[in-house]
Amino acid sequence: MKSEVRDSLHARSVVRRAAPALAGALAAVILVACGTDPELRTQDISGSLPDLELALERAPEETPVTEADYEGKVVALYFGFTHCPDYCPLTMARVGAAIDGIDPDLSDDVRVLFVSVDPERDAPEQLARYVSGFGEQFEGLRGDRRTLREITRRYRTTFSYGEPDEHGNYEVAHGTALYVFDREGEARLLARDDEPIDDLQHDLEVLLDSG
Amino acid sequence: MDTTLDWFLPYHFYPEVALFAFAGVYLYTTGLIRQRRAGVQVRVWPAISFYAGVLLIYAMMHTGMDYLAQYLFAGHRTQHLIIHHHAPLLLVLGGMGRVFPWALSSSTLAWLRWVGRSPLLVGPWRVVAHPFVAGVLFVGVIFVWMTPEAHFEVMLDIDLYRAMNVSMVITGVLFWSVMLDPFGRARGGFSFGLRLLLLWFVMLPQMFLGAYISLVNHEIYDVYDVCGRAFPIAAMTDQRIGGLLTWVPAAEMMAIVALLVLRLWMREDHEYGRALRERPA
Repeated sequence: MKSEVRDSLHARSVVRRAAPALAGALAAVILVACGTDPELRTQDISGSLPDLELALERAPEETPVTEADYEGKVVALYFGFTHCPDYCPLTMARVGAAIDGIDPDLSDDVRVLFVSVDPERDAPEQLARYVSGFGEQFEGLRGDRRTLREITRRYRTTFSYGEPDEHGNYEVAHGTALYVFDREGEARLLARDDEPIDDLQHDLEVLLDSG
Repeated sequence: MDTTLDWFLPYHFYPEVALFAFAGVYLYTTGLIRQRRAGVQVRVWPAISFYAGVLLIYAMMHTGMDYLAQYLFAGHRTQHLIIHHHAPLLLVLGGMGRVFPWALSSSTLAWLRWVGRSPLLVGPWRVVAHPFVAGVLFVGVIFVWMTPEAHFEVMLDIDLYRAMNVSMVITGVLFWSVMLDPFGRARGGFSFGLRLLLLWFVMLPQMFLGAYISLVNHEIYDVYDVCGRAFPIAAMTDQRIGGLLTWVPAAEMMAIVALLVLRLWMREDHEYGRALRERPA
């Protein structure tokens, strides 16, 4: 009995000693999770994802492009496909609307890179036609399966294909996030598909104004 | 993920996983060989258990399983179930502490003992190796990383993701080794009865969390939508499977370890009781 009391007393003192450390660790995690720039309205992801880096081909001419082609620009990166019935056209339309609200002198410096994760169906001409419908800042980029795996792994997203139906149509699972990089090429924002257009416009303006 | 080979190769290369697997196998195997040479009986089942533990952790972290863990909630829960519960238990049952020293030179061992006596290590070790603290850490890491905000961040930041997985393995090995310490109260260790109680307390929050995740009707972890899934599967189906994995097999593991603790208890009781009886009055 006595030693049980001693056990529990010992335990209590140990817990008391460990409690600040545990609380500190918890606070650190929460801070990391919520350490957002008060100026920004969509999710601030500074430091979480690597800088802009890509090696793809721009539709329709299939010109090779890298991050160097977007130096000094605010870049919004999206992974989608032109047959997408929901997320892609909606998100692109929202981004287009947000860009339309920005002062034209500034909005020239925005590039929206729509990377097709379904290169089999998205022929260069079709992809170029698709993205041009959303605005002049939009570019359609393509790459082979390997290159696509590399870039999606880098930004911790993925894509996969469902079984084709009798007409050869298949589902493509892809991320719905828009990744925004600042003029220095640093990953800054993650916008979800349901982000209010005003917030998106506001944050793009913040990034355009800085630097 | 496009060829069969992709499923056998690391999706991301993690130096810590490669080092762990290499050092673990090297130390254990060298230890076994030297034990055998010295005429010490080599125990087969602990060895099988140890190698299985290393293999499981490697398979969870360095094959297509890691891809599934990043892009499917159910895949993530499977990975954690194995690297937090199953594999650490197998490592502990492998008796690393008995075998590893054989692989080290006497000067390395002396140096390790000297480092181990340093007050900088002894104090913190006494704290984390206390069964209550080890139990809180074991279940605490689950709750910290499963906080929706933290979970989102982890799935974006590869370094946080690595830290999370390392923390799962370490707290798993720590908790199981404390629970399965053969020294009970009769020999100055922690009471077996309290260990059983502690296992129950560690089991309950996991069951509640798993039940909550699998039974609620809204999506808790939207990061898998935002970042894309490994294959087209409904978000709620994925969440329910992941919740069930947190709920049932985790609780089962607690029951299995409780049986192992009971076995240690009976053994000590038997031996200690006999020693008492045979003691001259």
